[in-house]
Amino acid sequence: MGLKIVSRVLPGIGVCQELGLHDGRRVGVVTRRNGTRDIVLYDEEGEGAAAAVSLNDDEADAVAELLGAPQLVMRLTNQQSKAAAVITEQLPMPYDSRYAGRPLGDTHARTRTGASIVAVLRGGTTYPSPGPEFVLEGGDFVITVGTREGLDGVAALLATPPG
Amino acid sequence: MVLASGDTASHTATFLVELGAILFALGLLGRAAAALRIPVIPLYLVAGLFFGQGGILDLTASEQFLTVSSEIGVILLLVMLGLEYSAGELLSSLKSQAPIGVLDGLLNAVPGALIALIAGWGGLAAITLAGVTWVSSSGVIAKMLGDLGRLGNREVPSILGVLVLEDLMMALYLPLLTALLAAGGASTVVIAVCVAVGAVTVIIVLAARYGNAVTRIIAPKDAESTEALLLGVLGATLLVAGIADQLKVSAAVGAFLVGIALSGTVAETAVEVLSPLRDLFAAVFFVTFGLRTSPGTLLPALPMAIALVVTTSITKVGTGWIAARRAGVKRRGRWRAGVALIPRGEFSVVIATLAVTAGVEKELGPVTACYVLLSILLAAAVQQLPDKLSVDGSFVPAFLTRRRSVRTPPAQPAPDPPG
Repeated sequence: MGLKIVSRVLPGIGVCQELGLHDGRRVGVVTRRNGTRDIVLYDEEGEGAAAAVSLNDDEADAVAELLGAPQLVMRLTNQQSKAAAVITEQLPMPYDSRYAGRPLGDTHARTRTGASIVAVLRGGTTYPSPGPEFVLEGGDFVITVGTREGLDGVAALLATPPG
Repeated sequence: MVLASGDTASHTATFLVELGAILFALGLLGRAAAALRIPVIPLYLVAGLFFGQGGILDLTASEQFLTVSSEIGVILLLVMLGLEYSAGELLSSLKSQAPIGVLDGLLNAVPGALIALIAGWGGLAAITLAGVTWVSSSGVIAKMLGDLGRLGNREVPSILGVLVLEDLMMALYLPLLTALLAAGGASTVVIAVCVAVGAVTVIIVLAARYGNAVTRIIAPKDAESTEALLLGVLGATLLVAGIADQLKVSAAVGAFLVGIALSGTVAETAVEVLSPLRDLFAAVFFVTFGLRTSPGTLLPALPMAIALVVTTSITKVGTGWIAARRAGVKRRGRWRAGVALIPRGEFSVVIATLAVTAGVEKELGPVTACYVLLSILLAAAVQQLPDKLSVDGSFVPAFLTRRRSVRTPPAQPAPDPPG
């Protein structure tokens, strides 16, 4: 990739980060102290703005998602075409599991099976993107993304009896 | 206080009507400025001219309130300026831009002083006018850069560097001027400047090293209650400004230092809660300055103001050009940096107010009002010019290049298309 981002401190205003694109144009993002983000498209000289728009917090989040979401989908599709189909399943967490009452990190599920735990359902509440410190409980439903093999692996892992 | 004096009932009524009328008028002007896409400061100054002495509406009951409010306005302007900079930013600007700061002072303060002397003003008035022409308006410039979508431009750090250094230099200049105006002897002046230098150095070093500790003294660690934070910061600022004034070191500088001393989330929240107050009291400050100037004195002040604007706009453009070149910016960017620095504003008015209140040179008020007004209007008018330059920075008006391309016959017949 080798993208080079140039940062400029703007005293009293914020910071400007600038990036050269594959076609020689440059774009920049100014993050102001008050949270406003300006997207800048530089002129052919690469020093002055040819166009700029200001985004408030919500708008900046929306644009970030627009730019980020297709990337995620693309990565998933790539995986799909490369290997077996990627599927999602809700795996039950048995009450007598070795991992009930222990943090998610202890399962080493991703390392062992290649599947990712993306959320946990507990009593009608969804806990999205649980970190390794998230404590699992018996009766949870663990939403997992991965190949058939990987999902079976996680299901077996969760069902491991204490010992 | 105004409200407590005289036959209160009718006095209070007059006071409310006057203040309400002023604020309402300013609100309308704010909308007009937004519609015209110009900074609002010139309009506030003009509005002040039309109120008060010799204006269409004579103010009686609110004069004292306006005077106090405008002093609070100066303090709020300065504390907000201090809040916007971190001590680290000030130090790094000082390290990297010091030569530009000196050049900026020489190029822009000296012409002001010279023109004052040529006009036959006294030495004190000349020193004041030097300050008036020296400092660009960080408020107006930041607003213009934002509105034009130029914040991402390569030359912007150079522009802001000049502004940061000017603001720092003001922390020395204002105490110097205050002491001089107080008609102190040489020793008083030296002491005031030494106190200022000491205070600035101590505060910046303290804030850079122990910013959090300093902040905790003034405001609670977690900004749980914005109300407590507002009162705490405002109280501390007024207190320090008052003490600084007692010591003849300029209330404004005291407020600036409080702003620098605060850091982190407390500073961010303080900016949020103080902004509306600053907008209100700063508007009153500009109006009050106009108020003290009667419209009749403006016309005689105009020639001098024009001479000042022409000279010091050229020198400011030069300053910006050199600052940007030093940062390796190409020609168009150098011109953009130059024209960006033209506007003078809040600091010029603050400086002039000090001298006018002290009774130095009657013409100083109207000349400064005209000067600030014209510099901002000129700046607004020429901001777009650098973008019309050709890439190499030579100024070729668009109609010339068009005509030339029509007249000049191709030197050689176009080569046959390949294939």
